[in-house]
Amino acid sequence: MSLDTTTLLAIIAMAVVTYITRIAGLYVADRLVLTGRAKAAFDAIPPAVLVSVIAPTALTTGWAEAIAAAITAVVAFRLPLLATIAVGVASVVLLRNLL
Amino acid sequence: MTSYKREIRAGLRDIAPVAVAAVPIGLLFGALAAAKGLSPVEVALMSGLVFAGGAQFAATEAWLHPAPIAALTFATLLINARHVLMGASLSPKLKMSRSQQLLAMFFLTDESWALSERRALERPITGAYWAVMAVILWSNWTISSTLGAVLGSFMGDPARIGADFAFTALFIGLVAGFGRSRVTLVTVGVSAAVAALVHYFVGAPWHVASGALAGIAAAYLAAPKEVRE
Repeated sequence: MSLDTTTLLAIIAMAVVTYITRIAGLYVADRLVLTGRAKAAFDAIPPAVLVSVIAPTALTTGWAEAIAAAITAVVAFRLPLLATIAVGVASVVLLRNLL
Repeated sequence: MTSYKREIRAGLRDIAPVAVAAVPIGLLFGALAAAKGLSPVEVALMSGLVFAGGAQFAATEAWLHPAPIAALTFATLLINARHVLMGASLSPKLKMSRSQQLLAMFFLTDESWALSERRALERPITGAYWAVMAVILWSNWTISSTLGAVLGSFMGDPARIGADFAFTALFIGLVAGFGRSRVTLVTVGVSAAVAALVHYFVGAPWHVASGALAGIAAAYLAAPKEVRE
């Protein structure tokens, strides 16, 4: 039962900022119509953040991780999410033992 | 059967498969968060209060001790910014008072949004329908991730079984869900390169914000100026 003060503050800050994004739409519903480049930039936010989070692990940790990331990316377009994770984890374990 | 009961039944039917699929993801989140040094109590609080899987995975992967509050909050804001568009689109379809909407939106998720948008093509979204989905998804996510954190603390070194790579594999799978359009490929390439370089030369956690902003700018530049639909 451990609860770190800084961790608690970080969680609360994350919760507040998330709630703001959730209710902000209620107030801009009749004004927010994104088109063209603005819409493309907005739609790009989730993949841009996700890729940025994992880029160091995937690209600069070592060959095993980089090759496993490439294998995962290939199967990601063909398999459901949990199967993709299983393939990724299995390939990194195998490659770490081989390389 | 009253319309109230019918709405509850429709909510149950729509959310059941989503809830089942979310259990292993919740267990995985809890286990990985435990491996990053978060206690089961902290995992339960995060899942219950933040209740946003993508942001929680991203924050936990970038977690350091002590927690870098500003960087984590900014990454959370970026990854959850899509909620603004989702809420704006859903708001006129919700048959609720403004205060009910403010409560309902706390439980906004990609899944409940997508299901509601589909249902809204035929009928307005009632409080009963939304509440069933909200309660089930929220308890499901909070319980499964807390359980994952408890089990994960017995798992030992996650690198031994490759579990440290599960984040990476999960995120690759999620990114693949955004398709292979030219703009998406440019975004992914630029974000990956900038994030890796910043991580190497500057260090965590700044690679998340810089890589994300670079990818967003790249998408803006790569997209056609006029809407083509």
